[in-house]
Amino acid sequence: MQPPGGAPFEHAGSVHAVDAEAALQNARDVYARRGEAVNIWVVPTAAITASTPEDVGPFFDPGNDKPYRHPQFYSVPRGVRV
Amino acid sequence: MPDDAAAQREFEARIAAGETVEPKDWMPERYRKQLIRMMSQHAHSEIVGMLPEGNWITRAPTLRRKMGLLAKVQDEAGHGLYIYCGAETLGVSRAELIDQLLTGKAKYASIFNYPTLTWADIGAIGWFVDGAAIVNQTMLAKASYGPYARAMIRICKEENFHKRQGYEIMATLAAGTPAQKRMAQDAVDRWWWPSLMMFGPSDKDSPNSAELTRWGVKRKSNDELRQRFVNLTVAQARAIDLTLPDPALRYDEATKDWHFGPIDWAEFDRVIHGDGPLNRERLAARNEAHASGAWVREAAAAYAAKRAAESGGSAAAA
Repeated sequence: MQPPGGAPFEHAGSVHAVDAEAALQNARDVYARRGEAVNIWVVPTAAITASTPEDVGPFFDPGNDKPYRHPQFYSVPRGVRV
Repeated sequence: MPDDAAAQREFEARIAAGETVEPKDWMPERYRKQLIRMMSQHAHSEIVGMLPEGNWITRAPTLRRKMGLLAKVQDEAGHGLYIYCGAETLGVSRAELIDQLLTGKAKYASIFNYPTLTWADIGAIGWFVDGAAIVNQTMLAKASYGPYARAMIRICKEENFHKRQGYEIMATLAAGTPAQKRMAQDAVDRWWWPSLMMFGPSDKDSPNSAELTRWGVKRKSNDELRQRFVNLTVAQARAIDLTLPDPALRYDEATKDWHFGPIDWAEFDRVIHGDGPLNRERLAARNEAHASGAWVREAAAAYAAKRAAESGGSAAAA
């Protein structure tokens, strides 16, 4: 669902439905009764490719050996606000 | 226990560190079982909870009250669905859970086995039953299982409306004619004690509490939550001049708690084991509703299959 105001889509929950159109209506009734959304996507569970908990180490390796990704890596002359 | 001891240690360390457990994470079988039990009972309670209130939708005294009650009952259906969805992430199917409810194998909150005899009962349910549910669910919003906690956050946001619509009904009746005030007081007299029972047995007699606390599913004990509810409610009752039916109720300056009299746990046991005023009627009503809706489910499936055949594509099931 996308909240009003241009915020990014966020997962709200799941629904059961016979087809995509019914899924969209069910999603609206279950998750958007009070103006929580201006947009809804419904996706069949089977169509989702997801990472697994075992991936946590290597897949999301934060690359702590790559400090040059962070602003603090770069020095600026004393007294200058950058 | 067949569970890997190292995995179990790691699991408990994560919970101790305040991390949430997510659906695909390793968890002890016992944790999974306890959560399925707890979440499905909770979902069933939301669904059965629509029955005592649905009883009054057609007889609400004004259009304003009717709109409010309709919206509340619709919310309860939604709450049931949020929690069923959460329970499904533990590897159990919705159909299985609903079957357990309809066949009487699963429990639901015993309070919904009491009848709603007058309009004031709708006020008492919103004020007490939803009020008690808020106290319990605010605690569960910090539960260690992520999908359960997230469903609770969503539910808590909506429950405040339920409680306030109930309290407004009671305040209005209490300020009305002597007969209206008597009706309000009668509802308070009948709903107060069953509402206190909603928090479950005292900690020393609660079979599941220790384990659920160790695993971070419950962050507070049944007795602590019950005390919090009593402390909140006493002032609300006084403000609208209704009397909680407990002669032992007294304020303790030292603990800042309202002490209350003994709860009739024999009654709680009777109702939870099927012998409450309306256990049979509630289950019969759920079964009838499920059976009467069969043609809708069949028609929707047939329509989806026909459309899929026409377009040559596949029916999407989200």
